[in-house]
Amino acid sequence: MISKTSAGLADAVSDIRDGSTVMIGGFGRAGQPVELIDALIAQGATDLTVINNNAGNGDTGIAALIGAGRVRKVICSFPRQTDSYIFDAKYRAGEIELELVPQGNLAERIRAAGAGIGGFYTPTGVGTLVAEGKETRTIDGREYLLELPLRADVALISAFKADRWGNLVYRKTARNFGPLMAAAAATTIVQVDEVVELGDLDPETVVTPGIFVDRVVPLGERPWLAAGEFVGAEKVA
Amino acid sequence: MTGIDRDTLAARIARDIPEGAVVNLGIGAPTLIANYLPDDLEIILHTENGMLGMGPAPAPGRIDPDLINAGKQPVTELPGAAYFHHADSFGMMRGGHLDVCVLGAFQVSERGDLANWHTGAPDAIPAVGGAMDLAIGAKDVYVMTDLLTRDGTSKLVAECSYPLTGVGCVSRIYTDRAVFDVTPDGLAVSDVFGDTTLDELRELTGLTLTDQRPEAATPLATRHFSPENGAGRAEIDGSRGGNTP
Repeated sequence: MISKTSAGLADAVSDIRDGSTVMIGGFGRAGQPVELIDALIAQGATDLTVINNNAGNGDTGIAALIGAGRVRKVICSFPRQTDSYIFDAKYRAGEIELELVPQGNLAERIRAAGAGIGGFYTPTGVGTLVAEGKETRTIDGREYLLELPLRADVALISAFKADRWGNLVYRKTARNFGPLMAAAAATTIVQVDEVVELGDLDPETVVTPGIFVDRVVPLGERPWLAAGEFVGAEKVA
Repeated sequence: MTGIDRDTLAARIARDIPEGAVVNLGIGAPTLIANYLPDDLEIILHTENGMLGMGPAPAPGRIDPDLINAGKQPVTELPGAAYFHHADSFGMMRGGHLDVCVLGAFQVSERGDLANWHTGAPDAIPAVGGAMDLAIGAKDVYVMTDLLTRDGTSKLVAECSYPLTGVGCVSRIYTDRAVFDVTPDGLAVSDVFGDTTLDELRELTGLTLTDQRPEAATPLATRHFSPENGAGRAEIDGSRGGNTP
């Protein structure tokens, strides 16, 4: 019997090594796998390269991982936000490296890695600072620049529901980078509200097929949901 | 010289967006435009974090942490909405499927080069987000901005001095003083606000501006700009709270 369900958060992240490249899903706080990140902080791996759209919000999740001094480098599109003070301080102190990638190129580089594409020509960034040092090519009269795939040792992502084969469905804009990162990492670890019985996910609505997923950790329903239905919340968590 | 305030400018831009358009409104001032899209027209809002059919902010107590816009603000879904992952979302831009995006700007050159992501200041933390993808992807890239910076220099320039977001990508610039179209011959003024005159605009920007106001070009106003000519266009009364049907 195949079962990708982990015994718990600590078990799921136990083999992440120092120096790993870790993709972390989420856009801002939506879809950010905060519980898996907390488990990674407790596990102790350090000297990490983190790939996410942002560089942390407030003092939880990715911000806490950076604050704990575990991150050597961030690859992202938008580090500076109103509440990115932990990253901002580390960056200004020269204690963290930043590779800035336009958001669509970031998504496509991750997708390319998962899909076995050796690189792609994109019009995004042509004639700007992000094109410096990159190969360019004119195709049908338009200039493009070469972007290379972005892989990871581990992806930590958040989804809504899984089954024990690792099939995933997401919820609303919390999907964002999850399906891309799941395919682009050697080991993909997913936190979900619930692991349902095999056959309970409609195959037509599965977004990430289980082939891309190694471990799932059920955490229980979040406070703004009841039996999978939105019941409201006072503020964004 | 007087101009118009930000909400009036947002309403003016909303008037140029036709029914059926798929539109991405950038973070900041362009977000205001959603408040002035007429309720009786179906205009689909795209947010690059993975949604088409985005609705207005939720009622208090109905904030769903899984449902946010590109500015990380809580939003709602309208009937007909769709969710998708980031690679599809940016494929919609690069693939030429998005009709209009409206972005803010530090500078726009008279050839339509856009600078809006980085001032190049030594202590600035650069953050580009989806701006470069939007700038080269949408069929029409509109800029919404004040004409002048806080210290009174023109944001419309012969050459951008800030790092570029995209080259030759802007088609129209809406400012608090006037609307400018980017043409092969430079910037053309298509509308002015308040008591602004073309001579004042030329003096402030230092640019050669051509006059393409409908009344200036053809006194009988037979010339028209199609977006403003759409049937069923609602009057802008400034009181609309959102684009929910």
